[in-house]
Amino acid sequence: MNELNAKYAQEIESILAKYPPDQKRSAVMPLLFLAQQEQGFIQDRALTEISEILEIERSEVAALVGFYTLYHDQQGGKYRLQVCTDLGCALRGADEFLEKLCSQLEIQPGETTPDGLITIEEVKCLAACDRAPMYQVQTGSGITYHENQTVESTLEKIARWKEQAERGEESR
Amino acid sequence: MNPYILLRHRDFPAIHQLDVYEEQGGFKSFQRAVTSLEPQEVTEIVKESGLRGRGGAGFPTGLKWSFMDDSRWPHYVVANADESEPGTFKDREIMEKNPLQFLEGVAIAAYAVGANRAYIYLRGEFWQLTDELDRKIAELESAGLLGDDLFGTDYSLRLYTHKGAGAYICGEETALLESLEGKRGKPRIRPPFPPAFGLYGKPTVVNNVETLANLPLILERGSDWYRGLGTEDTAGVKVFSLSGRVNKPGNYELPFGCTLRELIFEQGGGIIDGAELKAVMPAGASSSIIRVDDQILDTPLDYASCREMGSDLGSGSMIIIDETVPMDWLIQKTVDFFQHESCGKCTPCREGTYWMNHLTGRIQQDDDAANQVRLLYDVASNMRGKCLCALGEFAIMGVLTSIDRFPEEFPGQVESEEN
Repeated sequence: MNELNAKYAQEIESILAKYPPDQKRSAVMPLLFLAQQEQGFIQDRALTEISEILEIERSEVAALVGFYTLYHDQQGGKYRLQVCTDLGCALRGADEFLEKLCSQLEIQPGETTPDGLITIEEVKCLAACDRAPMYQVQTGSGITYHENQTVESTLEKIARWKEQAERGEESR
Repeated sequence: MNPYILLRHRDFPAIHQLDVYEEQGGFKSFQRAVTSLEPQEVTEIVKESGLRGRGGAGFPTGLKWSFMDDSRWPHYVVANADESEPGTFKDREIMEKNPLQFLEGVAIAAYAVGANRAYIYLRGEFWQLTDELDRKIAELESAGLLGDDLFGTDYSLRLYTHKGAGAYICGEETALLESLEGKRGKPRIRPPFPPAFGLYGKPTVVNNVETLANLPLILERGSDWYRGLGTEDTAGVKVFSLSGRVNKPGNYELPFGCTLRELIFEQGGGIIDGAELKAVMPAGASSSIIRVDDQILDTPLDYASCREMGSDLGSGSMIIIDETVPMDWLIQKTVDFFQHESCGKCTPCREGTYWMNHLTGRIQQDDDAANQVRLLYDVASNMRGKCLCALGEFAIMGVLTSIDRFPEEFPGQVESEEN
């Protein structure tokens, strides 16, 4: 059974409606985001399900997961905190910001805190060079920008997420 | 200060609301085009306005539209909202704060080339912005400004957003089209160009967000008005993204012909801690780096003058470099970016960016640095002209011009191509 189709029939229909009927393959990227919604990463099963819905090869779906950085094939933290350290941000202290943040959380870029809450990732330009240090937070359900940040403001945010997680609330 | 043309939310903060936008003349241009102008007439007005593409290449917009192959249908318009060049954040501000002017621009372009369907390809990071644009599009459909049989004619138009998922290369128009078709974003061999073979193999115009946002006012006020702004070479205004070692980073809308001195010192508040300005990267990470002197600071900026300075205006994303920034560190940053973003389709770019990244790393660690600089220069020179798309060319510009123009910062000597 195609679980993705069963669960999100309406969403899938409205995604497919955006493209000409003979060009269903265009829907593969939005469907991958949909498949990533619940767990924050794309499970193996979803690749097959998407390929069935779009009538393309499974490998044609899988090839995209490896190519585009916003798709993940591994479980990460509930919040992926993606810090831009590209040139513009680095000229305004992004490297130091990342280093200090990581040392406070006692993890390296690419790693997840032991409680599974936060994964820190170093990413390329996010089009916010005038408001560095900045990062985006990616969860299964979307992405939010956080600009003009300090280590303190970020740790406060993380503490809030931690409380919410302990109370079992969803929030960004 | 003249009223804004693109960043009009700075004059009218609520211009994102349809009623406020309409009070300011919003959607009158699109309505007039659909009800009283032939598509060719719209193209003609845009040609005469002198508008050039703001995504980087500066190609004349109306001319691009006129290349659409009228023997094959349907036609498509795609708005390139993949803004990913390090140093560029202008399209984001336009779409967030003045979204209706942008959407009207998309609609005008679609009418001009006879497209009934237009896609807005946004980088996936602009997630919330995409949701907001979707809401705006729905609102415009309810208001009868988008949809079927518009303004009592038989012209129909639907706009759709499409999110990318984190790939700089998708800003290259043919890679963007591949991505929109549901494939990996890898550039196509050109020609054919998109107006002949674009989305789904059909004639397609791909225009940058800022380019499109100009259209409503060009139609409203006329091509002579627009041509009267800016310089002989480059008409109109530009939103410059100012970042790096400057006191007031941000977007600044100025007519072409303004100077770097105006931009950096008058608008941008000068250099952090009063340090010495050393260099400017006018096209973000993809820049040939300009070594700044007084003459350059006072040169009126347009596409042509930037070329005379040995660079390119590109998307007008000015990264400001001061004396505290070592050039070997800087090129390591840009090269690392391009290695990460190389799509891997062509060998010179895939391998070249990999090796340049290694070599800049060794130079920074002072590991036999003089030889590494020579080798780096050699690798970069050998990539020139051999890559499938501009990404490979962009990757070498900062490297070659740093070594050529700041030789005192690199050990050893190279046989410079430039001097």
